[in-house]
Amino acid sequence: MSDSPVTIETHNPALQHHFADMEQQRNAASFGMWLFLATEIMFFSGMFCAYLVYRYWYFNEFAVSSTTLNLPLGTVNTAVLICSSLTVALSVQAAQQGKRKLLVTLLVLTLLLGLVFLGIKGVEWKEKFDEHHVPGYSFDVSKMAKESPIPIDGQRAQIFFSLYFAMTGMHALHMIVGVGLFTWLTYRAWKGAFGPGYYTPVENFGLYWHFVDIVWIYLFPLLYLIDRKPLH
Amino acid sequence: MATAVIPVRERENYLNKEYGVRSWLLTTDHKRIALLYLITITFFFFIGGIFALLIRLELLTPAGDLVQSDTYNKLFTMHGQVMIFFFLIPSIPAVLGNFLVPMMIGAKDLAFPKLNLLSWYLLVIAGVMMLHAIATGGVDTGWTFYTPFSTSFSNTKVIEAGLSIFVAGFSSILTGLNFVVTIHRMRAPGLTWSRLPLFIWAHYATSIIQLLGTPVLAITLVLVVLERALNLGIFDPTRGGDPLLFQHLFWFYSHPAVYIMILPSMGVISEIIPCFARKRPFGYSFIAMSSLAIAVFGFLVWAHHMFVAGMSIYAAMIFSLLSYAVAVPSAIKVFNWTATMYKGSIRFNTPMLYAFGFIGLFTMGGLTGLFLAALGLDVHVTDTYFVVAHFHYIMVGGAVMGYLGGMHFWWPKISGRMYPEAWGRLAALIVFIGFNLTFFPQFVLGYVGMPRRYWQYPSEFQVLNVLSTAGSTILAVGYLLPMIYFLWSMRYGKPAPDNPWGAAGLEWMSASPPPTYNFDETPVVTWEAYPYGEIAVPEEAPVER
Repeated sequence: MSDSPVTIETHNPALQHHFADMEQQRNAASFGMWLFLATEIMFFSGMFCAYLVYRYWYFNEFAVSSTTLNLPLGTVNTAVLICSSLTVALSVQAAQQGKRKLLVTLLVLTLLLGLVFLGIKGVEWKEKFDEHHVPGYSFDVSKMAKESPIPIDGQRAQIFFSLYFAMTGMHALHMIVGVGLFTWLTYRAWKGAFGPGYYTPVENFGLYWHFVDIVWIYLFPLLYLIDRKPLH
Repeated sequence: MATAVIPVRERENYLNKEYGVRSWLLTTDHKRIALLYLITITFFFFIGGIFALLIRLELLTPAGDLVQSDTYNKLFTMHGQVMIFFFLIPSIPAVLGNFLVPMMIGAKDLAFPKLNLLSWYLLVIAGVMMLHAIATGGVDTGWTFYTPFSTSFSNTKVIEAGLSIFVAGFSSILTGLNFVVTIHRMRAPGLTWSRLPLFIWAHYATSIIQLLGTPVLAITLVLVVLERALNLGIFDPTRGGDPLLFQHLFWFYSHPAVYIMILPSMGVISEIIPCFARKRPFGYSFIAMSSLAIAVFGFLVWAHHMFVAGMSIYAAMIFSLLSYAVAVPSAIKVFNWTATMYKGSIRFNTPMLYAFGFIGLFTMGGLTGLFLAALGLDVHVTDTYFVVAHFHYIMVGGAVMGYLGGMHFWWPKISGRMYPEAWGRLAALIVFIGFNLTFFPQFVLGYVGMPRRYWQYPSEFQVLNVLSTAGSTILAVGYLLPMIYFLWSMRYGKPAPDNPWGAAGLEWMSASPPPTYNFDETPVVTWEAYPYGEIAVPEEAPVER
């Protein structure tokens, strides 16, 4: 067939058989990702709902417990994640423009920032373990209660920490998945899979990364900044 | 040699294109995945059915003689969990929906074929976990996992069952996601939204519930598992937690889940009735929009499961009112189906018999739902057999009838063979009689005060319980028959023509069974939906004489 007289269109190798053209394929993938993020919002909203109820009922305990979280580390982590969102946004652009080296660099940067976040989170959790603030049989907030300017109930404080670990734990799990996805993306980008004709995975996993960031943007004030000087 | 004898071969289709286990387990063809689902859910239907029969056998006599109370608790729990999460929720969407959504809209496949296969594997993994949980001791919390019993007191396999349902939920989410994207992005040229089959509208509404509801169940079960395994104290009242919060979160999914189970069935009925009445559906857009209305209202009524749980009376009044509101779109459907049949030339084929059954039984189930939505009456019948009967009229009388009707309607398309019509009608009749004999007495039982979830009861309830148990045996026969003759027809059935019913819809324009990519050429739609005035009933169709 090499001497076939006409070549009508160059067939994009990334086009799957059941789509009519690349545009339909990209639209479908992008729409699917947005729908998936909608389910993710509902997933986290169950915990946000529980948070809302208990914060309303047990505000004093929530405020006092919140002060025991490590504010400097939390702030640094917020900054780290915002930076990683920037590198993700830039990497989508690099993919669209077909700048392979820049794309790989930005993806690796994103990966590193994600790992830094997880590392810092690990340090924070370690602190909570040492302070016996992890819910369960060894849970003990007597020291926190003694230092508190207002009387608080230990059981109610335990609910705050339960939610703290559930919410940051689920968030961290999503970060770990994100790191996995970006490792794969980096490998593919290094192999030169993405360019102006095909960059859907970069865009879609980028959306996922932004979503996980946004969850943290809500978690940070809700958990760390309830009331840093409780009820003065 | 040019004169060699050419063996007569069947047209190539999705069934004979490839052979072997690999070609099935690694397929991305939506039609083959639909068959994988069919086998899986049929298996779980029989597991759940065995539990149901054991429950009915225990209740044959007032004394708790066949099983102990603990075993009985496990039986009704596992009956519920298996039937809901492994049969009803995947039933029509994952089998008929998977097969038909791409065909009805003129697409080659679903938007994400690999994701589709993944969702089947997730269901299988979840199913294996559930079977393991059942085999190693079962669960006794009721399918509702109410806290604090599930988190602090039950000594059964709550964690494993919870995680199993979590995984099954992902399967459901991915199916819904696939459908929504496919319906939005993959429609054939000319197939506008107002030309879509009502089956597609029903699945669109269902998918939206799956997408937005299921994740909430997922996180709720995760929290239950964490509370049980790691001792977090989110729902435990002894530690300041709130069990009512669990119920709110649980029912936020599990009430809409009822619509995940019934809406696809309504879609099936909306296809069957115009075909066998030879008329356009009366009020197409009303039937289509009522599906969406049910999906939206369905999210706003969950707390009617909690009227006696100690919630505020004002909230209860609002939820009661909203629950009444769901009756409006449901009634629109029933009236429109009936109006479609008015002055139609009706044929009484098996699918139509199931559609008749559906309309009657769903109406009864729906109306008794209003009893339960009424605050005062609900106090009287809460947690009695009245609730059990109501639920089964919707789920078995509604959803399963629709599923069986749809299986008969599309079986020629799926298998390329006709099922034996006389046996089909007989089975439909047996199902209808068996169903009513099983569940109608339960309305009476509940109203006169028999509570649900007990393994023994006062002897004055025995007559009605015997009727119910007898009915369940008949129902079991009615369910076994189609399985036998469907299998039989795959080998011995008459080969099906492409459009045996003279039905509208793109799926009937393809071959029976369809080729792998559904259509030789992507169809271009230039007509409105359901042009039944213009389609002749084929001569060879098994017409009612």
